[in-house]
Amino acid sequence: MSDARNSILTKLRRTRDSHPLTPPVSDFAPIEAKRWAEEERLPRIRRLMEAVHTEFLDATEADWPAVLREFLAREGVGSLVYAPATEAGTRLVEGWGTGSTALIPYDRPLDDLKPQLFDTIEAGLTTTRGAIAETGSLILWPTVEEPRTLSLVPHIHIALLRADALYDTFLQAMREQGWAQAMPTNVLLVSGPSKTADIEQTLAYGVHGPKRLVVLVVHP
Amino acid sequence: MDGNAPDFAAASRTALADPQLRGNFRRAMDGLMSKRAAQFADAGEWTGVRALAASVRLRALSKLPELLETLEENCTRNGITVHWAATTAEANAIALDILHRVDAKLVVKGKSMVTEEMHLNAVLEKDGIEVLESDLGEYIVQLDGTMPSHIIMPAIHLNTKQIAHLFKRKIKDAESREDAAYLTDLARRVLRAKFQAADVGMSGVNAAVAETGTLCLIENEGNGRMCTTVPPVHIAFMGLEKVVEKLEDVPPVISLLPRSATGQPITTYVNMISGPRRPGEKDGPREVHLVILDNGRSSIYADPELRDTLRCIRCGACMNHCPVYTKVGGHAYEAPYPGPIGKILVPQIEGLEKRGAMPHACTMCNACVEICPVKIPIVEIMGRLRVEAVKPSGAVKDGGAKASRTEAMVWSGWAAMNASPTAYRVATLAMSKLGNAAPSSLPMLREWTNVRTKPRFAGRTLHDLTRAKGVPDV
Ligand code: SF4
Repeated sequence: MSDARNSILTKLRRTRDSHPLTPPVSDFAPIEAKRWAEEERLPRIRRLMEAVHTEFLDATEADWPAVLREFLAREGVGSLVYAPATEAGTRLVEGWGTGSTALIPYDRPLDDLKPQLFDTIEAGLTTTRGAIAETGSLILWPTVEEPRTLSLVPHIHIALLRADALYDTFLQAMREQGWAQAMPTNVLLVSGPSKTADIEQTLAYGVHGPKRLVVLVVHP
Repeated sequence: MDGNAPDFAAASRTALADPQLRGNFRRAMDGLMSKRAAQFADAGEWTGVRALAASVRLRALSKLPELLETLEENCTRNGITVHWAATTAEANAIALDILHRVDAKLVVKGKSMVTEEMHLNAVLEKDGIEVLESDLGEYIVQLDGTMPSHIIMPAIHLNTKQIAHLFKRKIKDAESREDAAYLTDLARRVLRAKFQAADVGMSGVNAAVAETGTLCLIENEGNGRMCTTVPPVHIAFMGLEKVVEKLEDVPPVISLLPRSATGQPITTYVNMISGPRRPGEKDGPREVHLVILDNGRSSIYADPELRDTLRCIRCGACMNHCPVYTKVGGHAYEAPYPGPIGKILVPQIEGLEKRGAMPHACTMCNACVEICPVKIPIVEIMGRLRVEAVKPSGAVKDGGAKASRTEAMVWSGWAAMNASPTAYRVATLAMSKLGNAAPSSLPMLREWTNVRTKPRFAGRTLHDLTRAKGVPDV
């Protein structure tokens, strides 16, 4: 099909050159102007995300595994899949003690974990690279250690958010974290649990992705 | 699909006679309009971000061939296989080739307007491949055996009761419950099994970033993530205009698209894909393909005025605000893209012979132009297409298709009458005296009078009346 490629590109080039287009400069100021005071960012994120049924838990660096364990026990969640090779995974196991929820390491390729992940595992734990105040969005940055499906397949997604990793806008986050230089296979913004309004505009949660999103805020 | 030209007038009459359908659309569009308005309450912010987004799209078009090459280069470096298709037939052939090679039996699809343009589902089914739409709205429409009626809300023409009946008929063990939460959960169960078993996942692309070789997809349901993450092969389809230059160009587009489309600050998921599973990664497809489709877009690009059509980010807001769309609904257009954007895009892709009626289904009220997040002069383009239909410049497929001798004669008569004061006076006097005697069945009157009463000419002309009031003639 390289014929198609060449003929398309040749035509585009020829017609563009006979009618060149001078675009206006892109002024990013209207986005850069969106700023929130440091103490306003977390409440704003919380308000926006709670408006779309996201749940929040507060914890500290020392007690987050225990806070999570108690939450899952209270909610009767039987199993949690986590990323064993991450720092958070290590901390989780260390701080777990004896919980009623079974911890399942995501230590194999998806191909070998599919049935379990789709059919029995109830919750998945991931980290985040921060959150965005403008829209109330978490930044997920899956890695070799922390697979993409952790935050997608289990019915409950639990996301660890460090309270000191908050950005004003999507633009600011990608600039400060230098995304354009090193995009991973997949980056995600997640702003709530899965939802749809395709049936007569009635909002329903949990259509294909997680039914519940729980943000575990780790305060410094 | 390429048989007889669709009859927009006839389809509209049918739609207008269906009070259920009109009610469904009216309610939905009212809701979408007020939610959008709430998102853009700050007029300064709207003006600034809108100008930025328009500049992003214009800059991309100004460098389109170069950006497509850069996109190809960076995607290839990332391990994405890039394919080019001049026509929908070529794009379908590319898809079939990949599917045959991996011996695919089951395909799951996320929302993709380009594949609607290709009629891909019909092609795959004919080939014996099971293909399942997974966006809930698209799934409903597929079960119903019809077409999407809105680009963002495909099943907006149906209400809960109708969907409950459909599910009861088509899904094993479905209960008869008119409850959106129950119906959604039912679809979840059916589709999760399919995501697990699918050999190939397909998706559209909201924006492709040349700088990094990244495909951006936005959605609320998670089905797009499922289709692009779980099956071993992912094929993405994009129209060649969907490229943007830099990663930084994505935030302005993402800022306006969901707010314009459904009045939400952002979609639940913004999914940015820059390649297949890398060594050591535990999930993600092992192959990612990008099919870049032309299908008439390069011809649209060739004309400096029509080119603006390609700025579109497919938010659907112009539909929600269109008085014609709201009345007749999406199906009357019998096209993959209905509403204002459809009325300018589809005739340019499919030609004025088949689609000459579409640019006329417009009151020129300008509502779409006022809300379009990338400032497309939709109404001007509509006017241009009307001209192309009778006086072809060669820029649009099947230009001149609607040229009619009678119409041309009437207009040249009209021009002559207005060019001479004497002719004008004689003609208006004649109309005031004799106009009422003209039968309403005259060829060019009929279109108007078959649904309306013929207006009566006043006994005296306006000139006459103003003169009587002491206003001198110029
Ligand atoms: S023409 Fe404008 S308003 Fe209509 S779908 Fe495209 S971007 Fe949205």
